[in-house]
Amino acid sequence: MAINWFKYSAPSTFYGLAGRLVPWFAVPAAVLFVIGLYIGFFVAPKDAVQGEAYRIIFIHVPASILSMFLYLVMAGYAALGLIFNTRLSSMMATALAPTGALFAFISLWTGALWGKPMWGAWWVWDARLTSELILLFLYFGFIALHASIDDPRRADRAAALLAIVGSVNVPIIYFSVKWWNTLHQGSTIKFSGTSMHVAMQQSMFTLLLACWLYAVAVTLVRVRSIILERERNTLWVSELKEVGL
Amino acid sequence: MSIAEFFKMGGYAFYVWGAYGVTLLAFIVEILLVSHKRKTTLQQVRLMLEARGEV
Repeated sequence: MAINWFKYSAPSTFYGLAGRLVPWFAVPAAVLFVIGLYIGFFVAPKDAVQGEAYRIIFIHVPASILSMFLYLVMAGYAALGLIFNTRLSSMMATALAPTGALFAFISLWTGALWGKPMWGAWWVWDARLTSELILLFLYFGFIALHASIDDPRRADRAAALLAIVGSVNVPIIYFSVKWWNTLHQGSTIKFSGTSMHVAMQQSMFTLLLACWLYAVAVTLVRVRSIILERERNTLWVSELKEVGL
Repeated sequence: MSIAEFFKMGGYAFYVWGAYGVTLLAFIVEILLVSHKRKTTLQQVRLMLEARGEV
């Protein structure tokens, strides 16, 4: 069966598809959050060095990974919109930005609450922490720049440039613990293997998947509003069931 | 492990629950904002169409 993928690059068809997809991401996200937290708090053992405080890792690492991953997806969509002039890609980039910023915030917040008992400081100007803070500001910059330009197509192009240039920061965050002497620890999970307890890994990966599903669901709901807003003068919007009185 | 012990988190209750509590709160706020935006957007589109006399 051949699926015409280009069909869904039109906002009018994607609007309906996105609406149908939301529960398929939202429900598994909720289930996996419960399972992941259960493993993290009731199955995973206490850490030999950090005691119970280490349990922050189960949300800190997934949130940090998502904050970087969503940025690259956002920049990718923005670049597609810039190169091929496709409206939907730019709308997807705009819809991803707030959720990406949210994960960057959660990463910094949970990191601060972990840093205080372990390092004795909420915050240090270490390469890993500083570059993650810059990531949060890049999200804010993207959102603010897009909002400050009235013409949505011009806003898309300007914000896309910012997103593309800013994506240099993502590998800097990722490799910062290798390139510089940071207070932040290096990766526990490496390609060569890990010393992490299997239940700890299960909790972390379950919550990573849950966060990803959550991000997709919430982005799809948001992009539907953006599509409606920007396509409000079209016939298909006026014919929508939910718009009709 | 008792329930009280569980909530104590070996003395790290403030940090562990502070991390998870704010994360949960952030998710709830985002979900509320996104569904609120959907409602207001639909309302605006409806108002615009009404003003034009199309609906």
